[in-house]
Amino acid sequence: MSQVTATPAKSAAGAKLTPEMSAIVAKFGSAVAPAQYDGLMVTDHSKFIEIATFVRDELKYNQLTNNTATDYIKEGVIEVVNQFTRVPQGGAPLTLKLRVPRPAGNDKTQAVPSLCPLYPGAEFQERETYDMYGVVFEGNPDLRRILMWEGFAGWPLRKDWREAYYEGDTKPFESRWPGGDHKLAEDRVPWEDNINYPPGFDPYSFKPNPDGNIYDSMLAAAPGNGLTGEMAIVEDLNAAELAELKTDEIIVNMGPQHPSTHGVLRMVVKLDGEKVTDLKLALGYLHRNHEKIGERNTWLHNIPYTDRLDYITGIYNEWGYVLGVERMMGLKTTDRVEYLRVITGELTRLASHFWAIGFLLNDLGAFFTPALYFITERDLIIDLLEAVTGSRMMCNYMRFGGVSREFTSAQWALARELAFERLPRTIDELDHFLTENEILKARSIGTGYMPADRSIAYSLTGPCLRAAGVKYDVRRADPYGYYDRFDFDIPVFYNGDVYDRYLVRVQEMRESLKIIQQALNQAEKNSKVGDIQGGKKAYNHRVPAGQCYARVETPKGELGYYLVSDGNQNPYKYHIRSCSYINLNSLKEMTVGQKVADTVVILGSLDIVLGEVDR
Amino acid sequence: MATETTNITDFKNDPRVPEDLNNNVFITTLDKLYNWGRKRSMWPMLFGLACCAIEMICTAASRHDLSRFGWELMRASPRQADLMIVSGTVTKKMIPQIVRLYNQMPEPRYVVAMGSCATSGGPFKEGYNVVSGIDKFIPVDVYIPGCPPRPEALLHSFVRLQEKIEKQSIRSVRWYTTGKTDEGMLVPYLGPDLVDLRRADEIKQKTAA
Ligand code: SF4
Repeated sequence: MSQVTATPAKSAAGAKLTPEMSAIVAKFGSAVAPAQYDGLMVTDHSKFIEIATFVRDELKYNQLTNNTATDYIKEGVIEVVNQFTRVPQGGAPLTLKLRVPRPAGNDKTQAVPSLCPLYPGAEFQERETYDMYGVVFEGNPDLRRILMWEGFAGWPLRKDWREAYYEGDTKPFESRWPGGDHKLAEDRVPWEDNINYPPGFDPYSFKPNPDGNIYDSMLAAAPGNGLTGEMAIVEDLNAAELAELKTDEIIVNMGPQHPSTHGVLRMVVKLDGEKVTDLKLALGYLHRNHEKIGERNTWLHNIPYTDRLDYITGIYNEWGYVLGVERMMGLKTTDRVEYLRVITGELTRLASHFWAIGFLLNDLGAFFTPALYFITERDLIIDLLEAVTGSRMMCNYMRFGGVSREFTSAQWALARELAFERLPRTIDELDHFLTENEILKARSIGTGYMPADRSIAYSLTGPCLRAAGVKYDVRRADPYGYYDRFDFDIPVFYNGDVYDRYLVRVQEMRESLKIIQQALNQAEKNSKVGDIQGGKKAYNHRVPAGQCYARVETPKGELGYYLVSDGNQNPYKYHIRSCSYINLNSLKEMTVGQKVADTVVILGSLDIVLGEVDR
Repeated sequence: MATETTNITDFKNDPRVPEDLNNNVFITTLDKLYNWGRKRSMWPMLFGLACCAIEMICTAASRHDLSRFGWELMRASPRQADLMIVSGTVTKKMIPQIVRLYNQMPEPRYVVAMGSCATSGGPFKEGYNVVSGIDKFIPVDVYIPGCPPRPEALLHSFVRLQEKIEKQSIRSVRWYTTGKTDEGMLVPYLGPDLVDLRRADEIKQKTAA
C-alpha cells in the first residue's frame, strides 16, 4: 500500500483540524468554521482576503494550487474551493471554501472576492470557474469566459444545466444498459444535432462577439501598460536613440491554427516593432467538456478519458485519478502494481520529455531534424507500452487498486534493454549534440526569464518551476506510490530561462532512467509476477461519500484531481487541476519585453499540451 | 486535351511512332498522367487539432515516413495545401476557423477525417462544445476509424485517397468546368450555441414558436 498522505477522505461530519487550520480558527474566530469533509469554510466573505493574506504571509502557503467550485443543488449553494500549498516544503494542501447561494435560472452568482491580488496565478482558474459555474470573482482583472465563448447560453457545469444530447444525469444510460437498444443521439433530440437555442433567438439579428472584445481591450490599454522595464532584455541602442525611432504598435493574432502553438492555442500579441508589449491568450479551442462528461460517467469510465488529457503522457494522468479514488475507497495495491506503475509512468515521462525537447528545438528553428530523432526514441517506448497495454497512446492501463496487464517475460526484457542500454545512450547523445550548441544557447539563455518568487506566485509547477531554482516536485513534496523507495534527485537550475528549462528536462530524463532501473531490479526481487490487482476486481465501484484532492507530478507539472463523491457510482464533482493550463498564467509576464520570435520559444519551453489546457 | 482514350500498348509496331523514339516514349492518357502527378505530390496542411495530431506527426516521422508517398511537404498555409487532415476533436469554438481554412484551400482539395472524433464526435460526442463529426460542415473524402488511428491506418487512408484521385477525370471534375465556381462552405458563427447559417430559417421558426 502506498503511503497515506495528503488529504485522506474523511466521512465524518466536520474536518479534523490541522495545526494550521487551528491557527486560522484561533485568529479569525467566527469568520471560519470546519467544512464538511476537508478544510475550512469561510462564513464571513468580507474577511476572506484577510484570511488569505494570513495564509500566505503567516502560514507560508505561498502557492494557490487549485481553484474550482462545486454545485450542491440540493442545498442550494455553490461552493468555491481554494487549495493552497507550501512551495517548496510541500505537505498536504490547505483548503478554504466559500459558499454562495445558487442563483435562479441562468443568473450569475453574487460576487466573491478574487484571489488575484494575492496570488496572480488565480486568474485563469477563476475565469474557468466563472465560465463553468457563473461565479463572479470581484477583483479578477479580466473576468471573461475562457473555455467557452462570450455569449454562450448557460453555465455548463451547474448540475441543472443540460447539454443538447442529454439523456440522463448519470451513466449507464437506460437506453444502453441492460437493454442495449441505443439510438443515435441525433435521432433522439429535437434539433437532430448537438445544438440548443434559447427561445426567441433570432439568428439574423444576433451580433456575435465570441472573443469579448479582446482586440479592443488591448488597443485601449495605454502603451507601455503591463510589465516592461526590468523584464526587458538589454538593448544596444541607448534610450535617446530609441525615443527618436517612431514605431507603431500593432496587434497580431497567432493561432488557433498555427504550426508553433502546439495545437490550437491562440494568442494575441501587441507589438512595438519587434518587441512584445502585451499578450493575451484565447483558450478553449479544444475544450471537449471532460468534466461534464466525467460527472455523468461512472468512476471506472473516467480512466480512459484521463488518457486524453495530456495525450503524450496518458498513463501518468490515469495514475493521478486512480490515486484519488483509491484514497477515497481505502483500496490497497500490491507491490507489483506499484512497481509497474512507476515503470510505465516514468517511461511516459521520458517519452514526453523527448517530445518536449524535440519540439522546443523546432520552435528554435532546427526544423524537425532533432524532433525526428526523438520521435524515433519515443516510438520505441510506446512500442513497449503498446505491447503491454494494447494501445500506443491511450493505454487505459490503471485500475482502481491495480493495473490491467502484466508484462510478459519478453516485454520485461525489452524494458530492461531500453532502460539499461538504449535510452541512456540516446540521452547522452542528445546532451552531446544539443546542450552546448551555440545557436541553442544564443537563443535560449536569458529568454523567458521568470524568477523564483514570481513563478511560485503564478502557480507555476513542473520543470519550469525547477528551472527557477525551486526544488519542488510532488514525488517528494507529497509522496505517492513507491517513490520513497528509490534513490533519485530532483534536478534544479537557477536562471529561470528557456535554457534552464531545457537543462532540467535533460537531467530529469536521467533521473527517470535511474528510477526505472531501480524499479526493474526491485520488482524482480520484491514482487510476485501476475499480482496485479489489489482487492477484488469490480466493474461498478461505489465510492464512499467524501472528497479528495490527489496530485501527481506529471512531466508537465502538478496534475491534481479534485473529486467529490456522494456515495454513488458516479463522481459528484470531477475537477482536473491541469498544470499546462495553469502554467500559461505566467506566459504574459515571461513574454512582455521580448522579441516576437521568442514568444513561440517561450511557449515551447512551457511544454503545454492542449488536450490538458482546454480539457 | 485527350478526347479519345485510345490505349496503345503495342506502339513498337505502330507506324505512327518513329523508330528512334521506341523505348523512349510512353503513351498514356492525359488523365492518367495528370492524376499520377497529383496523387504523388499531395501537400497536406500542417494543422493538428488534438491527440490524433500526435499520430499524424508520427506518421510523418522517420519510421512511417510519409514521403514514400510523396506527401511529405506539410504546409502551414491553407493556400499551399491540397489536403486537410482533420486530426482530432472538432469543437464548436474551432469549427468557424476550420471551415474558413477549408474555404481558403485552392481546388482540388481533399479532406481526411482522422479518428472517431473527426468522424462522429468520438468519445466526446455528448460534450456540449463538440461537433458530431466534421462532415456536418465540410465534405469528407476518407474517414479513418480509431482513437487514435495507428499511423498505418493513416497511410491506408492516403492509399484510398490516391485511388479516388485516380478515378477523377479532367473532363468531368468541377474545378475545370466553366460556370460552376466554388463558393466554399458557409462559415457558422458562435451565438448562444453554434449557429449553422444553412439552418437559419429553421432556427428562427423553431425558437419563435
Ligand atoms: S479520436 Fe481519440 S485520439 Fe483522436 S482526437 Fe478523438 S479522442 Fe483524441
